[in-house]
Amino acid sequence: MNGWRRSRGLVTTVLSEREAGLLRGLVGQVRDMLSARVAGTPQDELAELTGIIAGPTTAPDDRVLARLLPDFHREDATLSGGLRALHEPELLAVKEGVAAVVLDTCPARGGRVRLTDEQAQAWLSALNDVRLALGTVLDVTEDMPDELPPDDPRAPHLSVYHWLTWVQDSLIQAVSDT
Amino acid sequence: MTTPVELEQTQVDPAVDAVADEVGTEDRPWLTIVWNDPVNLMSYVTYVFQKLFGYSQDEATKLMLDVHHKGRAVVTRGSRDKVEIDVAKLHGAGLWATMQRDA
Repeated sequence: MNGWRRSRGLVTTVLSEREAGLLRGLVGQVRDMLSARVAGTPQDELAELTGIIAGPTTAPDDRVLARLLPDFHREDATLSGGLRALHEPELLAVKEGVAAVVLDTCPARGGRVRLTDEQAQAWLSALNDVRLALGTVLDVTEDMPDELPPDDPRAPHLSVYHWLTWVQDSLIQAVSDT
Repeated sequence: MTTPVELEQTQVDPAVDAVADEVGTEDRPWLTIVWNDPVNLMSYVTYVFQKLFGYSQDEATKLMLDVHHKGRAVVTRGSRDKVEIDVAKLHGAGLWATMQRDA
């Protein structure tokens, strides 16, 4: 792809089949992790009656999920737990929602992608979630080199991460170009 | 962007402070803090500040640079309810945000 650009009110790019497959695979994986968190939240009779879903009070053990669903307070675990129970279901729904927008608008075999501003915002959030997930697994630091030594098992994944960074940055420029 | 108001630091009797915690909540607002992290792009963080809180490009850029250089920045302040919603919105956007009581 050659980056995003604004054209006739839409934000567009062209993805190769490989790029589209990579993107859909990564977004799908993050969505599956989020869905597993939702499924793992026990629901009680009260929630069924009221329709008010309470989230878990503890942070996920998995460090990727923990990065996607951070604590509300750094020291006060009780406050954090209460706010997590209150806000996490909606947060998960938002994140699953932006992933779904990407999967709905990114052609599986590649080709032209045309996004409204609203869809482009969803893409930005979803791309960011994927970068957070990958960045956490790769232990990305601020002074991360462009390339790792070829014998580093993270090397091929880091190039995917850098590509996603470029895709996201290009989309921000296109969205801001009004 | 205006500079944050410097609040006078005074020694308070802990017992009095505990009472003040329950009564005078309006005196000490809550703060929304955004922390630096190695993944989020500078351009994205600036974009999110503008989008979520209506900051101008200049204001949002200054806050983003504070996060980048100082490790953190206060991006909004107010009642606990307001700050709680702001933190949730930032989490939705993937930024590392927490809330705390103003010191």
